[in-house]
Amino acid sequence: MLELAIGIILGCCALGAGICMGIGAIGPGMGEGQAVSKACEAIGRQPESKGAVTSTMIMGCAVAETTGIYSLVIAILLIFVAPGLMVDILKSAL
Amino acid sequence: MDIKSRRFKAVDLLLLTLTVLPLLGAMVLKILFTPVTEGITISGALVYFTVPMPLQDLPITEAQVNSVAVVLAILFLCLFFTHGLSVRPGTKRQVIAEWIVEKCRGLVGDNMGDPFGGFAPFIAAIMGLSALSSLLSLLGLFAPTSDLNIVAGWAVLVFILITYYKLKCGLGYYLKGFTEPIVVLLPLNILGEVATPISMAFRHYGNVLSGSVIAVLIGTALGGLSELLLGWLPGILGDIPFLRVGIPAVLSMYFDIFSSCLQAFIFAMLTMLNISGAFSAEDYEKRMLKKLAKKNKKIKQEN
Repeated sequence: MLELAIGIILGCCALGAGICMGIGAIGPGMGEGQAVSKACEAIGRQPESKGAVTSTMIMGCAVAETTGIYSLVIAILLIFVAPGLMVDILKSAL
Repeated sequence: MDIKSRRFKAVDLLLLTLTVLPLLGAMVLKILFTPVTEGITISGALVYFTVPMPLQDLPITEAQVNSVAVVLAILFLCLFFTHGLSVRPGTKRQVIAEWIVEKCRGLVGDNMGDPFGGFAPFIAAIMGLSALSSLLSLLGLFAPTSDLNIVAGWAVLVFILITYYKLKCGLGYYLKGFTEPIVVLLPLNILGEVATPISMAFRHYGNVLSGSVIAVLIGTALGGLSELLLGWLPGILGDIPFLRVGIPAVLSMYFDIFSSCLQAFIFAMLTMLNISGAFSAEDYEKRMLKKLAKKNKKIKQEN
């Protein structure tokens, strides 16, 4: 019985991490793509402003990436930290 | 001092040795303390020592040791660069040092404006520390920036600076800033205030950590693939994971070198923007003028 419970915990943690990362990566991907496409347009229109546009775009990308990084941290916690904690709790409860 | 004298060269050599020595020490510690394991391991920082403390034992981890090693290496590198400065640049290193200082001053001047010109050394220190810490993974060491504690420490430092500059316009002004534009947004404003250091720390840490995790995963996958494809080779040839040679290095170009330098730049940039954004020069000037007027009034009354 304990093995089954531990198996369910591990499987759900892996599933949760996958879903978290998969959905969490959509937003930053779209946002960064939009930012880069607009930056390309701007550089195409005004090639002399390349330096300023590029550094601003990198900053914007870094900020847009934040939510993706949050989901990454949660996924890492789910894979490496959560199973051990859950199994400990389960064992102490039995 | 004469550049070509023996003493000068000896000091140079000493400084360079002292630059490399902390990193070598960190490597030796890593080799001594790494447990023997099979297959892949993705773990946090190893705990080297535990120092007994009254409340709780203080673990000295790999990340702390490595970050101190980086600090020492940067210190001696700076001493090496500034060794034998003269009015007319006589050595190549002085040219390099001047270039670095000029670039940092230019960057800080462009992004923070005049009142913050004194921040150039701080920003340069944060940038250099962050970049070299992340680049430490090239030596096979644990990058201190892939431990949340180290980056969170820097972020807390930045948060203190931000709050200091917000408080410069007075405590009332600082507290009033939370109720803008309307009072209902008070909880959201407090959350936003706390979110700044958290998001800075997580951004840096997540980026570096994801790179190292992906590197380990790809290394293992390539090892398995080469065993599958080239395992039929006779003798010891079959045991060598040929696909692991070279291919991870290309990814390391992105994850270790490009991403490290980019994250250092972004962290420094956000630091600059946050600090200069916290301080409104106009309101500060108004407050100072008000204070001055009050003082003048008092003096007039006393007279």
